[in-house]
Amino acid sequence: MLRAATIVGIGQTEFAKDIGRPERTIALEAIRAALADAGVSPGEVDGLVRFNLETTSEVEIARNLGIPNLRFFAEVGYGGGAGCAVVGLAAMAITTGRAEVVVCWRARNRGSGGRPWAGTGMRVGGDYQWSAPFGLVRPVDQIAMLARRHMHEYGTTSRQLGAVAVACRGHAVRNPYALQRTPITIEDHQASRLVADPLRKLDCCLETDGAVAVVVTSAERARDMRGSPALILAASQGTGPEHIVMTAYHAPRPLETPSTWAARDLFSAAGVQPSDVQVAQLYDAFTPLVLMSLEEYGFCKRGEAGPWASSGALSWPEGVLPCNTSGGGLSEAYVHGMNLLAEGIRQIRGTSTAQVSNATLCLVTSGAGVPTSALLLARP
Amino acid sequence: MSGAERLLPLPDVDTAPFWAAASRGELSMQSCSVCHRLRFPPRPMCPSCGSLDALWESVSGRGTVWSYVVCYPPVLPAFADRAPYPVVLVELAEDPMLRMLGGISDCPPDRLCIGLPVQVWFEQLGEGLSLPQWRPLDPATRLSGP
Repeated sequence: MLRAATIVGIGQTEFAKDIGRPERTIALEAIRAALADAGVSPGEVDGLVRFNLETTSEVEIARNLGIPNLRFFAEVGYGGGAGCAVVGLAAMAITTGRAEVVVCWRARNRGSGGRPWAGTGMRVGGDYQWSAPFGLVRPVDQIAMLARRHMHEYGTTSRQLGAVAVACRGHAVRNPYALQRTPITIEDHQASRLVADPLRKLDCCLETDGAVAVVVTSAERARDMRGSPALILAASQGTGPEHIVMTAYHAPRPLETPSTWAARDLFSAAGVQPSDVQVAQLYDAFTPLVLMSLEEYGFCKRGEAGPWASSGALSWPEGVLPCNTSGGGLSEAYVHGMNLLAEGIRQIRGTSTAQVSNATLCLVTSGAGVPTSALLLARP
Repeated sequence: MSGAERLLPLPDVDTAPFWAAASRGELSMQSCSVCHRLRFPPRPMCPSCGSLDALWESVSGRGTVWSYVVCYPPVLPAFADRAPYPVVLVELAEDPMLRMLGGISDCPPDRLCIGLPVQVWFEQLGEGLSLPQWRPLDPATRLSGP
């Protein structure tokens, strides 16, 4: 019998357009806060799992925190797709006994540090030689290609995408850490400028600095800790066939993104149904990813997410499935989805600023349109 | 196209034959020597049969628009002079699994739609490189020559 893994601490910095401190410093601040939240000393940490895009190595983190030995360290690739995967990997280390206390984090100065796509060179090799020379360069362009096709196949509309942005903003209004707290309407969304037609400015996530960290340990060990635990009921990853990061246009059915595959394994491993989930934190770099995730994780049939979002289903407190209850990447902060994870844990703890009553099961998903990952968090 | 410096592909050992064919004005696809399945993007191994032997086969250069995006500023300096500009994803006539991105010329914005039949043409960029680009197959939708 494998041990159960739980998340027992969450920590974060403030979110800002320009936080004014290096990524390694804010990583340490978030980790220190997560350990304090859990009631764990750095000396008890024996594992670190990071995004491979992190600019700070595991040993540099360990050296700063005074961790005497890392028994387990690993990293996961593919940008925002790594969020739930790093926690899933930490959980595997816990359940198999490779480690006792594992920290996962993401520290990213994406607000002050510039746009990665702006650094595209004049000669482009690898997978992007098939896209960048033709002008398809920005993540928003790459996802807009799938969004347009979703509109074509299912009749999804820009206003339905706007409903996602409006719901997230409504949640951010209640969250003091959120960077965008002015309410918006569908009309505001429609009036925002086109960035990658059919996507508009308000279909895009924020560009922010900040760091988030979590502490993963066994359910048994968690009983001796101060932090309120969220049980990791299941974790999964997926790619699907013929995947290319962000320009995944070559599979037989490109609208079946890696989320379709991660969802299948996630619910199967957890032994629950989508209808058992009361609240979800869905990766929202762009609004169409939320609609597609609602379909791919089985909350509605393919093509139904647009009307569903427009009906108010995603809005706390009255919606059928309140989503991104901190405001998410669209309105709280964009920390490669780790702030969505923190909010998922708060929902299980009962401490969200848009708390779903009696939330016992929360879905958290990571970057869509890239090799992805997902978690089901439960009240122990 | 203005004189702004263009973004160029950087061919590698697997993709060089594609770009060499493009520079000759041919759209060429990798084809498995054993099971004859066409594949794109190019790669060393056939995902159907595992063979490492491949040929290159010219294809018709006809297809239909599977989806498209119109990119508005801010864009890279290399594309700034033509923004907003469309990028199309084309399914080749030979196999709907063969999908390629490209620009589209001679197509008024109100004619651009999913399902539009298109034909490839090659934009010569110097350094021996040409980009496969697209235009509507139906000449009635063309505005000008190459």
